[in-house]
Parts: sequence; structure tokens; C-alpha cells
Amino acid sequence: MNRNSLTKRLVTAPYTFWMLIFVVVPIALVVYYALTDANGRFTMENIMAIVDYKKTFGVSVELALISTAICLLLAYPLAYTISRMKAHRQSTMVMLVMLPMWMNFLIRTYAWMTILENNGLINRFVRMLGGEGFRMINTNGAVVLGMVYNFLPYMILPIYTVLTKIEQSTIEAAQDLGANRAQVFRRILFPMSVPGIISGITMVFVPAVSTFVISKLLGGGKTFLIGDIIENYFLGNTGTVNYNIGASLSLVLMILILLSMAVMNHFDKDETSGGML
Amino acid sequence: MKVLSRIYNFLVFGFLYAPILVMIVYSFNATKSRTQFGGFSFRWYTELFQDQVILKSLYISLAVAALSAIIATLIGTLASVGIHAMRGAKRRAYLAVNNIPVTNPDIVTAISMMILFVFFVTRMNGMEMGFGTLLISHITFNIPYVVLSVLPKLRGLNENIFEAAQDLGCPPAKSFLKVVVPQISQGIVTGFIMAFTLSLDDFVISYFNSGSTAQTLPVTIYSMTKRPYSPKINALSTLLFVAVMILLVIVNLRRSGENKKEANH
Repeated sequence: MNRNSLTKRLVTAPYTFWMLIFVVVPIALVVYYALTDANGRFTMENIMAIVDYKKTFGVSVELALISTAICLLLAYPLAYTISRMKAHRQSTMVMLVMLPMWMNFLIRTYAWMTILENNGLINRFVRMLGGEGFRMINTNGAVVLGMVYNFLPYMILPIYTVLTKIEQSTIEAAQDLGANRAQVFRRILFPMSVPGIISGITMVFVPAVSTFVISKLLGGGKTFLIGDIIENYFLGNTGTVNYNIGASLSLVLMILILLSMAVMNHFDKDETSGGML
Repeated sequence: MKVLSRIYNFLVFGFLYAPILVMIVYSFNATKSRTQFGGFSFRWYTELFQDQVILKSLYISLAVAALSAIIATLIGTLASVGIHAMRGAKRRAYLAVNNIPVTNPDIVTAISMMILFVFFVTRMNGMEMGFGTLLISHITFNIPYVVLSVLPKLRGLNENIFEAAQDLGCPPAKSFLKVVVPQISQGIVTGFIMAFTLSLDDFVISYFNSGSTAQTLPVTIYSMTKRPYSPKINALSTLLFVAVMILLVIVNLRRSGENKKEANH
């Protein structure tokens, strides 16, 4: 017994050491930087400075929420139809959903620049038809499009996974008992797919709210998200670099996401137990 | 209804693939224009393979992905065995810390490690941002995914066999390799592949922790998007897309082959 507990302690030692130094200490450093000034003295100023970025936080959350909602609306019907296909077709479709995910998201975002530009493909097409081109790139709409495009597979896959577990016979039983299409969705499909929807929402919302690349490439510096501000405080010009404010913004972002996840998990428990009854 | 859902699927997949198709078409463009197609050529592919910056960053990406995946798999697999044996508050604490890099947004993980590295550079003057810090940051975000894929495999493990091997005189390390590892090999392989691909695909954490000497491919692509347009990116993306497609098809064919074999038995 003794011999075993010693080996077990030894096997976790490298992990404990690594996670302590490279995960726990860095998070502690973020808190430390957020609560001190350039000379290392305690201050609440960085935290108070967040008030100046109220609007940026607002825009980030708003665009991320819109993108998440669009992803959910687009993904659900697709995930459902895939889950009702024959097994071998299902795996082909899932592969087709995953294939773009394997491309780096920078490349995927970059591809949209070509399409949305003022002289891009869509505008050239519109002009060819005699219409007048319109501005798409460097707008909030383009940023939302980029988020939806990049993160849509993260919504499709978890919803598909829960839907594929629902037996066709369950749906048929409900129909036999007189449920119409809307009732089948409201009483059977939706309650049973809540866990997938929840993980889909988190998997889309978290990267969307914290991105700085999509807003830079498709927003053209006009749409400032919280990620852009943080990036600027850490890697901007020497004049703008300020780790302390950057750390406090990151801390707030981290807490925001932890809180929204706690809320989502709460929903998850409520809904699934409700659906079981 | 059936027709409607077909059209709908077609539209969504069209949305997913249209930009990729556009990129592939323009990678063969003879002129530098982003929108006018001026004839077919391999010009950008030849230029791509002469670009030393891109080739070097591809090499760094592959090296970091391989090294970080190997080290993370070693640390993560050993740790899973230990965590598996833990109970109560200690286990919960370990799993909570394990989840920090998984749930945190990439940018927070990235800047937290950057602060650590800068803190050490300025306070101790010990190291510089470069391949070392890049590798450390990749190992750090890879380890939790290895633990998450190995830990569930240990649940079904019969621990008596491990003890029996030791009772029969096999040293602990050897009995771990001979008895435990084969039973959880599936989880270890999944963890390794996940770590490798996550590392290859990562941009945000590399961007903050690589310095100017050890840029990965995504970091180089990012700096290319800021400069005047070059169709070399399209050529590079097309090659990556084809590589991924071939890889996925091979994996799928092998899997369906295995399924058939099992069905025949």
C-alpha cells in the first residue's frame, strides 16, 4: 500500500509542478498586475479604468450574442436532418462539417476579405447586374459574419451528437399519440437536445466574445472588441503598452465568461430534469 | 419537406465551402489581383516554395507541435494515473486546475503566460521570448486535453492486474508500461493527436508567446494579412486544405475498413 501511494505521488509530481508554475502562477500574476500600478503598489485604478471600456464590453457581448444566436438558428435544422440520415451518410456529412474546422481560422477569415471587399466578388457581381456596390467589409455585420462562419461547426457538432441519440421511435411514438410537428419539437426534441445546445452556445460564445483577429481582419480597425483592447495593451506600440490595465481587462473577461458558464450550467440542470419529468 | 431540407443543407454547406472554393480558384490566378481572374498559373505555388520565412515557420510549427504533443502526452498520461487514484477535495482541486486552460479564452491563457515570461525576463534576466517560451506555452495548453482523454479510459481499468504484476516481481515502472499502458493506449493516442492538432492550429497563444525569433505558421500568415495582398496565402491554404482532406479521407477509409472487418467476424 505504502509503495503504491509513493509511486502515485511521483507520477503526478511533474504535472503538479507544471500546472502550478504555468497555469496557477500566471493567473495569480494576472490578478496581481490588475491590482497594482507600474511600481508594484496596490491600486484600484486599473479596475476602475474598466468603466472607460463599458462600450467596448457592450459591443463585444452584443456581437458575440448575435453570432451565437445566428449559429444556433442555422445549426439546429442542419444537425437535425443529419441525425435522421442513414449511418454511413451521417459520417460523411459530419466529416463535411469538420473539414473546414481543420483549416486555420485565420485562413478562413482571410478568405472572406476577398469576397466582402469593396471591389470584392459580391460587389462585382452586384455591379455586373447593374446595381450599385455597397460597403460590407469593415462593418459590424462583416465581423458577425466572420464569427458565424468560423464557429458554426462548433454549434452543429454538439447538437448533432445529442440529436443522434434520440431514437426515431421516440418521435414516432409522440406522433402516434397525436403530437403535431411543433409539439414534437417543443416536448421531445428541444428538451432532449438542451445539453448539446448549451455546449454549442459556450463553444461559440467564448471564442466570439474574446476574439481580436476577426474584428481586425473584417472590421478593419473600425470595430473594437475587448480582445483588440487587450492585445493593444500587451503588444501595441511602446507608448500604449500597459500590462496593468490589460491584466484587469483580462480578469474581467475571465470572470464574465465564468459567470455566463455558471448560468448556462444552471439552465442545463433545470431543463434536463424538467424534460425527464 | 424533404426537398426543403435538402435545399437548406445545400445552402449551409455552400456557405461553409464557398470561401474555400474562392481561395482555391484564386491560388491559380496568373495576376496579383484579388478579384480579377487573369488566367491559370502555378506562379504563387513556385513563389511559396521559395519563401524562406514561410518555410521556416512551417518547420517551427511542426517542431513545436511534435515536441509539445510528446511532452504533454508523457506528463498528462502519468498525471491521469495519479489523479485517477485521488478522491474527494484533492481530486476536485486537480480537475478544477486542469480545466482552467480549457475553459479560459485563449487570449487570457496567452497573456497570463506572457506576463509570467516577461516577469521572469525583467526580474531575473534569465530568458528571452522565443522557441523555449513558445514550447512551454504549447505544452501547457496541451496537457489538460491529454488528461481529459486518458482519464475516462482508466475508469474501466482493473487495478488488480497492475498489483498482480508487481506481486509477481515486475518493477512498478515496467508493470505500468506492460500492464496499464496497453489498456489505455486508445486514450493516449487520442490525447496525442488532439495535442498535436491543437498546437498546429493555435494562433493566439503563439502570437503572444513566440517573440520575433520563433514564429509559427499561423503567426506568419497573420503578419501576411497585414501586408499588401499576396496570393501566396491562397496557394498555402489550398495545399493545407488538400493535405487535411487526404488525411481525413484516409482515416475514414481505415475506420470503415475496420468496421467491415469486425462485421465479417
